[in-house]
Order: sequence, then C-alpha cells, then structure tokens
Amino acid sequence: MKPERRFHDPERTRALAKRLGQLVQQREQGFTVMEVCGTHTHSIAAAGLRRILPAGVRLVSGPGCPVCVTPIDYMDRAVALARRPETIVCTFGDLIRVPSSESSLERERAAGADVRIVYSARDSLAVARDNPHSDIVFLGVGFETTMPTIAAAVDEAEREGIENLRVLSGAKLIEPPLRALLEDGEVKVDAFLLPGHVSVILGSKFYRFLSDEYGVPSAIAGFAPVDVMLGLCELGDQLLGGTCEVANLYPRVVSSDGNPAALALLERYFSACDTRWRGLGEIPVSGLGFRPEFEHRDAAQLEVEVCAAIEAKGCCCGEVLKGMIEPPECALFDKGCTPETPVGACMVSAEGTCAAWYRHERLVLECGS
Amino acid sequence: MCLAIPMRITERREFDGTTELNGMRRNVALMLTPEAKEGDYVLIHAGYAITIIDEEEAERTLALIEEYTGVATALSEDGAAAEEPTR
Amino acid sequence: MREHDRILLGHGSGGRLTGELVREVFLPALQNPYLAELSDSAILPELGAGRPALTTDAFVVDPLLFPGGDLGYLSVCGTVNDLAVAGAVPQSLTWALILEEGLETETLRTITAGAARAAREAGVPIVAGDTKVVPKGKGDGAFAVTAGLGIVPPGREVSDGALRPGDRLVVSGPLGDHGATVMACRHDMAGDALRSDAAPLAGLIAAVFEAGLRPRTMHDPTRGGVATTVFEMAARAGVQIELDEAELPIRPAVSAVCDLLGLDPLYLACEGRVILAVAPEEEAALHALLADHPQGAGAATIGRVIESESRGVPVRLRTRVGGLRPLDLLSGMDLPRIC
Repeated sequence: MKPERRFHDPERTRALAKRLGQLVQQREQGFTVMEVCGTHTHSIAAAGLRRILPAGVRLVSGPGCPVCVTPIDYMDRAVALARRPETIVCTFGDLIRVPSSESSLERERAAGADVRIVYSARDSLAVARDNPHSDIVFLGVGFETTMPTIAAAVDEAEREGIENLRVLSGAKLIEPPLRALLEDGEVKVDAFLLPGHVSVILGSKFYRFLSDEYGVPSAIAGFAPVDVMLGLCELGDQLLGGTCEVANLYPRVVSSDGNPAALALLERYFSACDTRWRGLGEIPVSGLGFRPEFEHRDAAQLEVEVCAAIEAKGCCCGEVLKGMIEPPECALFDKGCTPETPVGACMVSAEGTCAAWYRHERLVLECGS
Repeated sequence: MCLAIPMRITERREFDGTTELNGMRRNVALMLTPEAKEGDYVLIHAGYAITIIDEEEAERTLALIEEYTGVATALSEDGAAAEEPTR
Repeated sequence: MREHDRILLGHGSGGRLTGELVREVFLPALQNPYLAELSDSAILPELGAGRPALTTDAFVVDPLLFPGGDLGYLSVCGTVNDLAVAGAVPQSLTWALILEEGLETETLRTITAGAARAAREAGVPIVAGDTKVVPKGKGDGAFAVTAGLGIVPPGREVSDGALRPGDRLVVSGPLGDHGATVMACRHDMAGDALRSDAAPLAGLIAAVFEAGLRPRTMHDPTRGGVATTVFEMAARAGVQIELDEAELPIRPAVSAVCDLLGLDPLYLACEGRVILAVAPEEEAALHALLADHPQGAGAATIGRVIESESRGVPVRLRTRVGGLRPLDLLSGMDLPRIC
C-alpha cells in the first residue's frame, strides 16, 4: 500500500526533523515530550530517531508498555494456572519470559506445563475447541487496543457455547496513569505524544481532559518515522504558539469518536476496576474486570494457590516509567538487570524503556579487542 | 501495545475474512469492523481488524507535511525520492 | 513386502523392520556405491592435497515439510554450506535420523527424497546413515543429525581474523525467506510468494574462488539470521561492522510476515544464502559474478567493516532515516508479539 511507505520516507523524516529544530531553537528551555506506548518506544528506537532529533527536544517514555506494567502478582497467578492440572495457558509472546516471583511461563513450559504462544486471542478459542476436556486460560494483557480483541474472542465463545475458555484480565486503561503522572508534582512533561492505535479505539475526543483540565498539549501520532516527527512538530508548534489542543495527526485511522463496535464489546463484558501497576503501585479504576454476569469467563475465579509476591529491591522502574530518570541512571541498569536477567518491569519486555535503551541506545564496547 | 499493520480484505464473511498484504494471506477476524467490505484496507492488530484505513486522510496528512516542511518530495515506484523545494 | 504407513518402534531396532526401511526407503532414494555396501563405516578414497574439514549439525524444523523444502533437503544443504563457507570443497556426508513412532512413512519418503535431491544438486554423496525410533510423544516427528567432510585446497585461507576496515559485506540474496516461510506456516499465513531459500551453495562458492576472488571470510546466516551471524563475526574478529538498513534485500512477502507477527527479518534464518566479506577492490567483480549466477539473484552489499571506535559496538545499523542503533544478539527467541 503505497501511502504507508511514504510515512517511512527518509526525506520527509529529515525535513520534519529540520523543521523541529527551527521550532525548538525558539524556546530556550527546549521541550520534553512523553510518549506512552510501548510500540512508540520500540519504533523510535528501531528507527534510531533519537539520533536525528534536534538538541533541546527530550523524548521520554512513560508507562505505555502493557507487559512492563503487568504486576508481579498477575504473573504469579499465571504461573499457578500453568501448574494447574488439565489447564492450557495461552499467551501473547510478549509474556513468555516475564519473571514472576519465583519462575516464568517459559520455565513452567520447560518443566512440563502446557503453555502456548498465540498471535491472537482468537487462536485460544481454537485451542479451546480442540481440547474440550481442558480449561483454556488466555492471558489478557493490553491497553485499549488489545482489550476489544479479547472481548470479541469472549463474545465468540459465548455465541458458540465454547465453555472452557477463560481470560485472566490484565487490562490497563490509558487515562488513569496520564492523570497520575500529571498530578505527580515531580513529573515534568511539556506535552504528550499519544498512542495511535489505542486512539483508534478511543477516538481523539477522549483526550480532551489533557487540554481542558491540565493545560497540556498533545498529539495523536502513528508509528512510522514520518508520523512520529510530524507529531513532535505539531507539539513544538503548540508549545510555541501557546495553544493547547489534542491534535490528531493520524486521521487515516483515528476518528474523533473511536470504534463504536469495539467500545460496545468492552462495555458488555468488562467494567473498570482498581488495579496495580508494576512500578507505579495501585491506581484506582485503571483496569478492566469481567462484569459479574460473565464470571464464568474470568480465570481469576479458578482456585489456585498463588505464592506471595516478591518485589525486586533496588529497582527504579517507578521513576523510569514516569520519565523522571533515564535507564542508565538506575544503579541496576546493566549491572545485574539485563534483558537476559531482568530485575524490574522496564527490562522484562523487549519494548520496555530499559530494554529498548539497552538494545538500541547504548554504545558500549562488548567485544574484547 | 499497538503493533498493527494494514492489509486488504479479499474475501468477507460474516465474522471474519481473508486479508492480503504483499502476497501473504491470512484469515482475520472482522467483528470490530462490521462495516468493512471487500477491497477495503483495514488495520490489523492481534488477528483482528480494528478500523478501516482512510486513503483520502492519508493523502491529506501527506499534504500537511508538505506544508510544514516547504519541501515537495516526489516518490518514484521503487521508493527513491527526488527533492525539490517549493519555495 | 508389507509397507507400513507409519513408522513403528521396530523400525529402529536394527532387525528385520530396519532392514526393510533401509532397502525400501533409504537406498532407492540415496543411491550411491558407499551406501549400498551397508557396512559399519564407509571407506572413502584418499582425500588428496589440502586440509580436511569436518562439520556436524543437528536439524529441527516445524513443520517438517514447507514450501521450498523439507527436513531432508534442509539438513543436507546446511551441512554442505557449513563446509563451503569455511572454504572447503565438500566430499561426503553422513545423515542420521531420529524418528518418532507414528511418523507417516510418506513423510519420511518426502524427507529422504529431499535429502537425496540436495545431495545430487550439491554433487556430494551421503555415504553413511543411521535410524533410531523413539516412542510417540518423545520426538516431534523427526530430527536429523549430519556430519560433513570436505577438503580445503592448499593455499586457501578463509577466516574472520582477516577482516579489515573497509571490507565490504555482500549477501548473495534476499534475507529471511526460510525463517519467514516457516513462521508463516506455523501461524496460518499462506502465500505463493513465500518459499524457503534453502539451497546448496558449494557451486556458487566454488565459482567465487575460480574467478580469482579471495573472500576474507564467509558465513551462512542460519539460526539467528544476519544480525547474529554478523555480530559473531565481528566479535570473533575484534572489528566493528556497520550495516545499512536501506541496502538490506528483503522481499515484500517476508516484510509482511514480519510486520504482522512483530518479527525482525534481521534475525530470521536463511538456509541458502552466504555472506561474503571482500576487500573493496573485489566488490564489483563479486557482484558481476553473483548477477550471473542463479543463486546470486538479489545480491546486495549490506555493510562494511568500519574503523573501530573506542566506545563502539560490534555491529551497528544505520537506519533508513539516518539514525544509528546497535544490533545485539537475540535474548531468547524472536517471538510474535502485540507490543
């Protein structure tokens, strides 16, 4: 599809970087933009965008990686479910190596548990159909982009009478952490780069609270290099011009009202609940849990013995997730905490801030020469 | 949490359909895009289409970029760019 | 003679059933005088001048049969290529199978035919083999283990240590075809555009030397893909390499599979490609040779050895938009992801 390729075009990317440079020069203190999406973190790192950003633009990563913010007690319950007899755990690949207090799904699989990596929640439905005598537990982590797909899979299970599929909801909502960050006196962010695909579901109107209540400009942007640079230019323009809006720079897929079919499915099966965020603690009304009439779909209702949660010491994930420090400023970064041996949330996922930094931004001599 | 790619619907059934990109075909769930039809490009996340892609909006965004940068870039078929300033 | 439609435990016991398998399935497909002897060891003719090269490999693939190949074809190509990229002329191969009870005999025939085809294409005989059978549930269909013997002609030196700043890295064709094909099969993606690139490269590499070119070093980017192969090369040689994202040859179908599943084509296996490092003055001649060779279609210079920087990494990627990032080894497996 040719238009999409044009959003990867180096010429346009560099031209936008130049324009951004002209903008930031006019503001002595520069500006700090926070992105709140693991896919933004990844795509910015993969394209090496930081290296062509003009000086004065500071791009920080917020709590937007669903794997990183999945609390340790969720993983402990997932491991306990994996150990449960006659149970098949289906998960996105992102979770397989995330450490729980004592183990991980990968380790459980090696020890004989039936843990399967799926690409889609719908694949777990197929597993449920093929294994009528087992309980299939799908690990439902994600923000508002992914949760509707999970709701749709549950909906299909309901329609077809497939009874042996349950979901362990690890859903996270994007609004509460944005508010928590803005109300935290220590967080200094001038503007937000908003997640393009979460916005497909929620719509651009959803974010009005950022301007109306907090006076912070924001821009919804896609993930290709041109999209990201365009978002940053828009934010630069707003900061210089003193305007404060939610700009939609991804209108090819984001509308003002979002996706009504997706929102309706979320509404039917889930309601907002308090939930814990790794690194940020408990945030009220920030997750999704099954409505009581769909208790039979809730894997948290299955009785298993879950070990006591053991949190890692010395971990600075909270500050990293709020954009207050950069990964190398954590004492554990690359000293004990690495992608192979992650200690905290930000290193566990390949798209976590620390993991992305470790793999893409770090320049350290490794070979012995 | 947002990995998604565009694919074109080649065959639509009630709840799912066949989509295609660069010669690759996959069955994709279409419950979240009930209005999508054969020939539409849809954005696919985790095996589900989450929206139809609006080609005209894409063109408008590209025009906006041209406005921003004062640079018109003409792309040939294979993606090579020729840069010519408009002012 | 009764033909069993599935492999039984007895087929691995060394008795009558094993004999049947050898006579009915293996020998007819893998015809050569050494194998026909059915002795404990193949006695080979004298090797001639040069240093012997020996390699071994184990092959595990899911699915066993895929567009463009199968376990058999893959295992023979892989072994031949390991010898060829080391600068050795392959002489002979061994081929051993561990089969799972219940494997369809037809699948075994296909795998064996694949091995035979690769051996014929490479001009290298399979001179010895073995078969064992493990109980159902203990074997994932079939595994193959091989050994390859070759000879490095006198005067030929190929080693990572020869790499110098300025050397060019040339790949013989598009990246990730095999890995993407196998992943697509596993995740219900279909497409005529996708085929494994598995192929024996001894002929291509022989042509390179015959043309008078002297590659510093060569590697086939199998498990872990180009990124892993180049990283290991750089780390062993103590040099730093820069790859150019804009120059990486990747088929659109492969990109599609990667984009959909969240995979990185730089880490996907190629089973019929070679990376050759050559001095800059040989680059043009190498490209001319590859352009003319059936296994060189889509070749490209993908990077070069750079002057070492004090805080540099073994491999870095210059991105399409002008950024720069280190290319690291994979932590764990490259898995489909949502994020």
